[in-house]
Amino acid sequence: MLKRRIIAVLTVKDDIVVQSIGFQKYLPIGKPEIAVEFLNKWGIDEIAYNDISATSKGKKPNFELIKKVAKKCFVPLAVGGGISSLEDVRKLTQSGADKVIVNNLLLQNPDVVKSIAENFGNQCLIVSLDIKKDGQTYKPYHYLTQKYLPYNLQEWISRIETLGAGELLVNNVDRDGSYQGFDIEALKIIQNFTSIPIIALGGAKNARSFIELFEQTQVDAGAAGNFFHFTEHSVNICKAQINQFQPWVRLETNANYQDNPIDTNGRLLKKEDDILEHLLFVKIEKEII
Amino acid sequence: MKYKNIQVAIIDYDLGNTYSVLNAIEFLGYKVFVTSEYEKLKKANAIILPGVGAFEAAIKSIVRKELDKILTELVLQEQKPLLGICLGMQLLANTSEENGLHQGLGFIEGNVKKITPKSKAAVPHVGWNDLNIIQNSKIYSRLKDSKNFYFDHSYHFECESQYISATCNYGGLSLVASVQKNNIFGVQFHPEKSQNNGLRLFRAFIENS
Repeated sequence: MLKRRIIAVLTVKDDIVVQSIGFQKYLPIGKPEIAVEFLNKWGIDEIAYNDISATSKGKKPNFELIKKVAKKCFVPLAVGGGISSLEDVRKLTQSGADKVIVNNLLLQNPDVVKSIAENFGNQCLIVSLDIKKDGQTYKPYHYLTQKYLPYNLQEWISRIETLGAGELLVNNVDRDGSYQGFDIEALKIIQNFTSIPIIALGGAKNARSFIELFEQTQVDAGAAGNFFHFTEHSVNICKAQINQFQPWVRLETNANYQDNPIDTNGRLLKKEDDILEHLLFVKIEKEII
Repeated sequence: MKYKNIQVAIIDYDLGNTYSVLNAIEFLGYKVFVTSEYEKLKKANAIILPGVGAFEAAIKSIVRKELDKILTELVLQEQKPLLGICLGMQLLANTSEENGLHQGLGFIEGNVKKITPKSKAAVPHVGWNDLNIIQNSKIYSRLKDSKNFYFDHSYHFECESQYISATCNYGGLSLVASVQKNNIFGVQFHPEKSQNNGLRLFRAFIENS
């Protein structure tokens, strides 16, 4: 069975991973290569590296930094930000990126988007779609101008599909950094507009958010930025909790946290003292591959 | 043979994710280089043909660099072990229907066709999927209970069952996940992106070569 994916988004601003709140406020987290090393060890399924300062400052992707990041990454790596030509994509794939994420390029130069799909295959192209609710309807939104695009959602998505996108990354601007959970309503609408895989982003708070997402929609993947960065083994614990509900995701390690008490926010609690007293330690030899 | 004495060549044909594969093989401790030169490929103990990209561009580049002739000599005649990954596996086929009909290397008789799911399923087939291993293959000899690998493709390999070593289920179809013919191996998934399972597969391929 195809597993559903848990994707970590690294929002990178001026070469530093940041926490993003509502596309407006940013708090520093740390170096991208270190964040990736941990996420990879904790069993993430995929990493989306999104440089939010490159395009707005008219810069190219930082290829050297991507190389450093890719060195620590044994899962798929998608890179977005600052991509304006086929040559950029070529250099990114040579730096270790498996996919590219485009957003603004769709407006600036749709022909380049099309040729990315033709030259590198559809599977290499993720189109990022920012949406925002205008009254009762969801509309495509442009993050640079902070305005709605003059298209309705269905038109815009079918245009994205025609250009050869292999995956659609749906980011709900209102939920960004809000910890309110994924916007299930929007995703239910969008999944009827397209047949390409959908990655949901924006609002994840804990494992519960992913369980809701996978239970109520057919999206292929759930992505989160902020919440993976702030707790040890966040990915592993989150995935273990999802799989206790339904075996939807891949577990890389043997740790399934089945006997661990977990609080309502999805954090691990200490075991009862009498359990700890009677614990037997089992030595597990580290596997050398 | 000690790890460090084993040389692995990754074929450079201007496309493909050579860096990720290089990174994984380096992590395992082998001597590894990315090349399209005959002399270097001839020295290698094992050859990897990576692949991310479109079929037509890839095969054109291979022919232009005369890699088709080099591989015919080294792999078919000298029997050097070859592992094709994703598009690299599809290039082993006779033909591909990706954006027109194109000739492949023809190392394993088969044809590459667009995935047309029977039940509602998205194309490309992307994500972690479990393998059904149907033929004992040495590339799977180091796996443990978990058999999932990362896939990302819109086209799939169709061939006779004698060449199929594993399949996976998707959209009501049984897709070919890996092929094998003598010293030639092909995997549709990406071992370099499949964390520990991928590293185990590379180790098994190289050690058993």
